Amino acid sequence: MYLLKEEMMTHNKMINIVDTDIDTDSILQISNLNVYAGDHHILKNVNLRIPKNKITVLLGPSGCGKTTLLKCMNRLSDLYKELDVSGHIYIENDDILNTYKNIPSIRQKMGLLSQRPYPLPMSIYKNVAYGLKLKGIRDKNLIDYNIERHLKEVGLWDEVKDRLHNSPHSLSIGQQQRLCLARGLAVKPRIILADEPTSALDPISSKIIENLFKGLKKHYTIVLVTHVLRQAVRLADNVIFMSHGEIIEQGSPEHLFKNPQTDKLKEYMVDGN
Amino acid sequence: MLFRRIIADRVSTTWMVISISTILVLPLVIGIGLYVKAYPLLELKPFGELIGSSTWLPHEQKFGFLPFILGSLYVTLIAFCLSAPVCLLAAIFITQFSSKRFIYFMHPVIDILAGLPSVIYGVWGIIVIVPFISDYLAPLFGIKSSGYTILAGGIVLAVMCIPYILNMLIEVFNTIPSGLKEASLSLGATFWETVKHVVIKKGFPGIISAFGLGIAKAFGETMAVMMVVGNMLQTKFDLFDAGYPLPALIANNYGEMLSIPMYDSALMFAALLLFGIILLINLVFRYFIYRTKKNE
Repeated sequence: MYLLKEEMMTHNKMINIVDTDIDTDSILQISNLNVYAGDHHILKNVNLRIPKNKITVLLGPSGCGKTTLLKCMNRLSDLYKELDVSGHIYIENDDILNTYKNIPSIRQKMGLLSQRPYPLPMSIYKNVAYGLKLKGIRDKNLIDYNIERHLKEVGLWDEVKDRLHNSPHSLSIGQQQRLCLARGLAVKPRIILADEPTSALDPISSKIIENLFKGLKKHYTIVLVTHVLRQAVRLADNVIFMSHGEIIEQGSPEHLFKNPQTDKLKEYMVDGN
Repeated sequence: MLFRRIIADRVSTTWMVISISTILVLPLVIGIGLYVKAYPLLELKPFGELIGSSTWLPHEQKFGFLPFILGSLYVTLIAFCLSAPVCLLAAIFITQFSSKRFIYFMHPVIDILAGLPSVIYGVWGIIVIVPFISDYLAPLFGIKSSGYTILAGGIVLAVMCIPYILNMLIEVFNTIPSGLKEASLSLGATFWETVKHVVIKKGFPGIISAFGLGIAKAFGETMAVMMVVGNMLQTKFDLFDAGYPLPALIANNYGEMLSIPMYDSALMFAALLLFGIILLINLVFRYFIYRTKKNE
């Protein structure tokens, strides 16, 4: 009984925070996020806002916690039982770290694009249909329509329309990455989380993905993790520079890269490209 | 100095080639040896009669191997049906759901089960499984049984196969990249849906091969099965009746009744059959793996 009361109180408190703190321009807001793996403090009291319909770049050297931060945003951190996550992540007034809603539906608000493409072990068609079927869509015409639409959206339709039922392993790695993007878009996410999506790709495929992102930000909010400075300059509307689990600087790329305030960023701008 | 290094290089290469050729030649030598020994019987009787007949009267030169082949198949089938689902679900739990600490705890348990000599499983079968079947399980179905049955053999064999298949399945599931699971989860799948549609599907060729190797091992397992299966000639499939698998035939009789003419040859033929069937099982499963990999 006592526990229940306590639970209700924390729930009320959470609702209060939501009412006062949410900024209408930001779709995702993180406050006091701490992540530990045993004694190792991976993310140190992270506070940030991700603006809507913009490309936010998480920049920083390898091992600074960018990927961990990204994984917390769609609760994939749950998979790693050694991680101890605390704090708040609000997505559309929902504190996803302390929610009573089911996690799969929260994850569907975010499309994930990982470092290298992971096509599911099924045909190209079924890869895109997977998320739709999980949403409970059974109408074949609707599924077909969506598959065509999203494959067109990533510019893959003409390349695969004759072999939709083949294995995705017959595609090039760049095409596979675009297939993974289409698969993510098919579940109608609000945010696209991209974790160094071009690091395994050749320059031409990378460019295609980058151009896609520029177009996609009209409809989606994009969070892009990268350690490539030039990519951040090319794409970012908003840059968050991280080092050793802390946010060092953030702001617009023009502002940040022209007048770096901290030594860490200055150093990174010299060494990291 | 360079000369010495080149010599060392040559020697190590030759050594490796010799090792690998020994391994390649061994099955061939064993197969040919068995065939040569079994040849007198094959000359006397046609192959079809030997494996198709169920009359086993060595004194009258009647050698029908059907009961033994069927006995082996029945026991293996029961063992497979009992162990396969247990191993699959246990491997999924260990690799996908459990914590690291549990895995550290689980590994020695599996290793102990795998390392126990088969005679211990046999004794355990005699003192636990056999009485359990004769006193509880058979009366439940209204059947009188000694307990020394195909079912007892199957259960003991299943327990013996579990660590073997489980270890292979754990290896299979560990090779599945976590990025693939994350991709499925991020599309809104639950964990179980991810396991069902992605993990099992991706690991399917590996699962098949683990099962195949498990069946092949079970088919040839001798000691423990022999101790509980009853060793009576039988062709019909009856869980509560005794059976007589091929390996038990060889182990029970070799060196005992060799004064009977052709008996030596008949036992060698039994060994050759065992060899051939296990080879066939392996080939069939290899083909399955090849097919699923190609279709992926």
